[in-house]
Amino acid sequence: MSDLTLDVQVWRGDAAGGAFRRYAVPARERQTVLDVVTWIQRTIDPSLSYRFACRVGMCGTCAMTVNGKPRWTCRTLVGAVARAGRLVVAPLANLPVVKDLACDMAPFFDKWQRAEGRFRPAAAAPADFAVVPPESPKRRAADAGIECIGCAVCHAACDIVAWNKDYLGPAALNRAWTLVNDVRDGARAARLAAVAGDAGCHACHSLQSCREHCPKHINPTAGIAGLKRLSALAALKGEW
Amino acid sequence: MSAVPAVSRWPARGHAGFWAFAVHRASGVALTLFLPAHFWALGQAIRGEATLDGFLRWSDRPLVKLAELALVVLLAAHLAGGLRLLAIEFLPWRDWQKSAAAISAGFALAVGLAFLMNLAG
Repeated sequence: MSDLTLDVQVWRGDAAGGAFRRYAVPARERQTVLDVVTWIQRTIDPSLSYRFACRVGMCGTCAMTVNGKPRWTCRTLVGAVARAGRLVVAPLANLPVVKDLACDMAPFFDKWQRAEGRFRPAAAAPADFAVVPPESPKRRAADAGIECIGCAVCHAACDIVAWNKDYLGPAALNRAWTLVNDVRDGARAARLAAVAGDAGCHACHSLQSCREHCPKHINPTAGIAGLKRLSALAALKGEW
Repeated sequence: MSAVPAVSRWPARGHAGFWAFAVHRASGVALTLFLPAHFWALGQAIRGEATLDGFLRWSDRPLVKLAELALVVLLAAHLAGGLRLLAIEFLPWRDWQKSAAAISAGFALAVGLAFLMNLAG
């Protein structure tokens, strides 16, 4: 490969099977991995399927496996990850493949539902706006996890998900953690019960791959540890 | 041909948290496998003093001592790794997790060295 050409292998296939296919892509300055995939689709093979939307790291749709690591491709510079001008691009791990680089995200978001990842207002609606001091410990704990863009990079990086497909995974548990710390929420006991099962927070072995790979630098491991503490305390107190 | 792309998971595992887990799991499995041998050795006492002493003399051989060193390091690694995990789960989060894993590894090696020095002394 020359300095001007990238040697790119892209996984092509569907749920029935597939294989890597090789493409030569012109190298450009400050080119992202998403730029490379888009160039292949628009120049060489229009049948290549992949997902993207915002291209600026907000929507969480373009995550793929790049040289073995899950990454948000719109914000991943080729220069930072290519090894000797070589890129290997595959769909995210731990999710069913729809076609080529596009995964079925349904199992991922189903887990958010199973983890009670929805805000449930307390039965008695407040008469005025809820006042949540920004410096309060609960607000700070929620702030630490609230910027999740749902890209599933943590879910793909997680070995526990790979070993146990039912494991709720870092993103769903991080969402539950932010809601447990939301003082306006009224479903704390139900949520702690939902995340405390065999495939919930207690299944986490604190490998911290989620924390290592999260493109938003969120730390799901810390939130999961918090859920372990709270669910154990709730069980001891007989809250559920 | 496979529905799951044949991509190795190992590049994503290249960080201290994974290796701390791997050492903790491997040492735990190894110690569990050793436990029956430990009970068997203790059980020699039931057969009388001479049998137990014979076994203890056999365990003074250099190769057995080397295996004992490995056992001591495994025990220390599992203890330190377990304390690291308890700190993650029961104490407020600390960002120096890589250092915590390094301290656990250092503790295991220091205990191993202390055992070696005791052998030499």
